[in-house]
Amino acid sequence: MKRVLSYLLLSVFAASASAQEIDPTAESRELMGDDNPAFFWETRGEALWKEARGPKKANLSQCDLGLGKGVVAGAYAKLPRFFADTAKVQDLESRVLTCAETLQGITPAEMLKVRFGNGDDQRSEMEAITAYLVSTSKGAAMQVSMKHPKEKAAYALGEQIFHYRSGTHDFSCATCHAESGKRIRLQALPNLTAKADAQKAYVTWPAYRISQGELRTMEWRLNDCFRQQRFPDLQYGSEAAVALTMFLAKNADGGVLEAPTMKR
Amino acid sequence: MTQHPFIRSLALAISLFGLTAQAAAAKPEPDVAKVLQQSFKEKGQAGLDRLQQDETQAACSTGKPVQPEAAAKIIATNQASVRDPADGQYLGDWKAGEKVAQSGTGRQFSDDPAKPSGGNCYACHQMAEKEIAYGTIGPSLKHYGKLRGTSEPILKYTWAKLYNAQAFMPCSLMPRFGHKDILTEQQLKDVMALLFDASSPVNQ
Repeated sequence: MKRVLSYLLLSVFAASASAQEIDPTAESRELMGDDNPAFFWETRGEALWKEARGPKKANLSQCDLGLGKGVVAGAYAKLPRFFADTAKVQDLESRVLTCAETLQGITPAEMLKVRFGNGDDQRSEMEAITAYLVSTSKGAAMQVSMKHPKEKAAYALGEQIFHYRSGTHDFSCATCHAESGKRIRLQALPNLTAKADAQKAYVTWPAYRISQGELRTMEWRLNDCFRQQRFPDLQYGSEAAVALTMFLAKNADGGVLEAPTMKR
Repeated sequence: MTQHPFIRSLALAISLFGLTAQAAAAKPEPDVAKVLQQSFKEKGQAGLDRLQQDETQAACSTGKPVQPEAAAKIIATNQASVRDPADGQYLGDWKAGEKVAQSGTGRQFSDDPAKPSGGNCYACHQMAEKEIAYGTIGPSLKHYGKLRGTSEPILKYTWAKLYNAQAFMPCSLMPRFGHKDILTEQQLKDVMALLFDASSPVNQ
């Protein structure tokens, strides 16, 4: 019995030691300390938000993100939500696209010329603006409305998409994210149907991805999950993207926003 | 107990309300397949046809445990799809099999369709002991052949499991590697060797 116990202790120790050794972010985190390069995206995003641009030579400061025109702080914690002017449920990114079009006359195609940055010379304005807006909600608790019928419908649709198995590999979001305590290779997988995991996952996006040298938003996270699911290309701000975000955001209700964070 | 007429009509009203509420809940849900068709675009090798479910996929997308009747149908359909190797040989080269088990590429819109796909077995299963970067979505396959031997029935079962995992476990999370043409017959044989060969690292 004693031998079994010490073997168990030893193997637990060995497992944690080897997991540390191959943690690719440990060195980087040590070098960076508390400094998160996401700061550069936040600063650039704030400048883009306040700069008069587009055919209408206007800035975005009068954009209504759900808390009224010009109110930025705390807005992300209540998104996605229904907007009467578009008669649609919108997430943060699709709402920014609406504001850029109505206030500045900049089309979504123009805003999404670089949809996702490449960590180098191709920079995404949407990633910067999203980083800025989310940073102003740091510390706010997620509180997503289910009052409007379209909000409820978006959640229900998002839940269906989460479980939708398809493609060459029969994968759905649920294949990897509907059970607790699982991992893929060494990467822990959040159970996005369980409150604690769903909160922890949602409140830490957007994030600066060390391995990519790039700030990534929820729109990117979903797109890249679907790529690995062997699905085609999820369109930015599409009905499916917003509905799935609604499902994830509502499941994270009560979680306190930490983003932008830093991830491997 | 005698019921007051008012109570009776109240009860009737409540149950009618319940029926209406039920009818409202049962009205057609947003058509998820249609929304997906509109929300995705073809990219690289991944066309919109990837969003069309077959019967098995649809039956396994409810988010609830599969019911016995549906489960039996899934097993029957998928059993029928299994093709044994043309030459009757189940075992290939375990070294090539280890490469298939390690590789996670293939069939993504970012992948070169001319290159062979991997099986990415280690993403979900423990296999060779020396590989510590393994996932836990599937069961451990360490010492797979050592524990089971290499009799005809176990070879046949394992081949069929790799070929079409849903032939045995309805709504299994594992891809149907043969049925969906993810791996070639030779790749499947190589993975079989990785599982069964006495000199394979899986059995050390």
